[in-house]
Amino acid sequence: MKEKLIELLTKLKPGIDYQNQTNLISGGYFTSLEIMRLVMLLQDEFDVTISPLYIVPENFESVDAMLHLIELVEDD
Amino acid sequence: MENVIYKFEKILKQLNITKSLDKIAFLDNNKQISYKALEVNALFFATKIIEKTNKNDVVCILMKRGVDMAVMMLACIYANTPYVILDDAQPIDRIIKILNIANPKLIVYDSDNFTKYEQLKDYCNLYINSDMNVESVDKNVVFNRVNQIVSTDPIYILFTSGSTGDPKGTVVSHLNVCSYIEWFITCFKINKKTVFANQTPFYFSMSVSDYYATLLTGATNVIVPKSYFSFPVKLFEMMNEYRVNTIYWVPSVYRLIYQFKLLDYVKPNYLKLALFAGEVMPTKILNDWINHLPNVTFCNLFGPTETTDICTYYKVNRKLDNDKAIPIGNACKGLEVFLIDENNKLITDNSIGELIVKGPFVASGYYNNPTKTKASFIQNPLQDKYPEIVYKTGDLCYYNEYHELMYVSRVDFQIKHLGYRIELGEIETILNANFSVKMGFCIYDKDNDNIICFYDGKITKEELNTYLESKLPYYMIPKYYLKLNDIKLNQNGKIDRNYYQTNFNELLKEE
Repeated sequence: MKEKLIELLTKLKPGIDYQNQTNLISGGYFTSLEIMRLVMLLQDEFDVTISPLYIVPENFESVDAMLHLIELVEDD
Repeated sequence: MENVIYKFEKILKQLNITKSLDKIAFLDNNKQISYKALEVNALFFATKIIEKTNKNDVVCILMKRGVDMAVMMLACIYANTPYVILDDAQPIDRIIKILNIANPKLIVYDSDNFTKYEQLKDYCNLYINSDMNVESVDKNVVFNRVNQIVSTDPIYILFTSGSTGDPKGTVVSHLNVCSYIEWFITCFKINKKTVFANQTPFYFSMSVSDYYATLLTGATNVIVPKSYFSFPVKLFEMMNEYRVNTIYWVPSVYRLIYQFKLLDYVKPNYLKLALFAGEVMPTKILNDWINHLPNVTFCNLFGPTETTDICTYYKVNRKLDNDKAIPIGNACKGLEVFLIDENNKLITDNSIGELIVKGPFVASGYYNNPTKTKASFIQNPLQDKYPEIVYKTGDLCYYNEYHELMYVSRVDFQIKHLGYRIELGEIETILNANFSVKMGFCIYDKDNDNIICFYDGKITKEELNTYLESKLPYYMIPKYYLKLNDIKLNQNGKIDRNYYQTNFNELLKEE
């Protein structure tokens, strides 16, 4: 699942070290439109519904945070 | 007397009478400033500016968006030196282009922008670092300058990107701002109970409304961090914490909240008035907001930087169909707008013409650019008895059956295709009414006489074509469709049409 996510992110915005980066949001790597696009992609590719209440910076700072988010909403 | 400082001082006096000078004027996520402190700080920096300038010298502000910038803008107004806001996020090349035109006497920067200033030293060697200890100053020094202000003196110069990519600086006067804000606060009943959530950067004309309406009513302005507009839960939390009741945002923010379905979960509890401008608001998005917030007043504002901010407006007063565009309404009180045809004749029926604006919101012209000024700030084409400058907007409009203006497109977007005159905006209204289209727009390939449609959404090209065929005449159907994953926006968050117009051939080939 991690590989799939990194692949998705690289497609969305190449040239970022997704393995190690832990400040994807606070570091300003994404524009608001890219974040919106990312949320839509996660919902489509992982077949989950992400409630907007989970769309907070902490859940997108790193690949691990995003994986955690996906697991969280899978259980919902 | 049309002088922003006199009007602001009057508000301070009123706040003093009611013992409310401690009321918050501006706040961001780090800092807040009361009216009392705002005055002290602005007067202090005004004395620093006055030491280094003559009246009407241009001052550039290179600072982070926030409370400190709001203070510095006011300091420039006190000093009677028109300010130019430099976007600290934009490439250095563009900043240099602006400096070459504005030729500033002084740059004010904050410590975040020290390295940026170092690169700009050659263009302006006088500077002020805004990180200073503020002391109280002799108000008379500053009022020597304030008392010299005449209403036609420039208060700021606002740079927009011209169609060729070279920035144009619109010169706006005290008279413009005072007349415009007078309309804005009367029309929308802005008063000291108003709490704005500022979204647009201070180098964008929409911010003129919430910035000056705050100063000239004693309201409160919450400067929301840019990142909150990517994570709108935070945005709504901040709005509820500070009891924001008035917003004036670009449609892309309304769109983001719509697409995240945020209003199903949380609501801005104190919101009373929701204004939007800057781009066409898709009607389906407005309707979704209205359904969630039936007690909020929604209003579409329309106008260019050259009319200070706005020249026409429409308060939503009836149910609008998703595939019908939202009217831009009628002229603001105190202003006149009319439509002319290609022969400069007044249009009196419902045909399409170019929008012309006359009245005190019309700016003085473009700084250091007589050619562009002459092309757009023209003698009133309806009379030649005395000099009277009006602004030619370059926007095509017509009157609907309610005698409200409907926006069609820019003059340059009107195309002739298969012998028909077509407005790309009309195709775009239908395109964006489709629930599977997140965002869509069209361009015209003049050389091959083709309409090309770009879109982002969960719909195939074939399905989209079938949909458009069911809604539009055959000659308005795009020849090519291009599905994009991410539509490129320009620095103001609008679709970067110039980019797609220049690169559509390569993009089509890549497909």
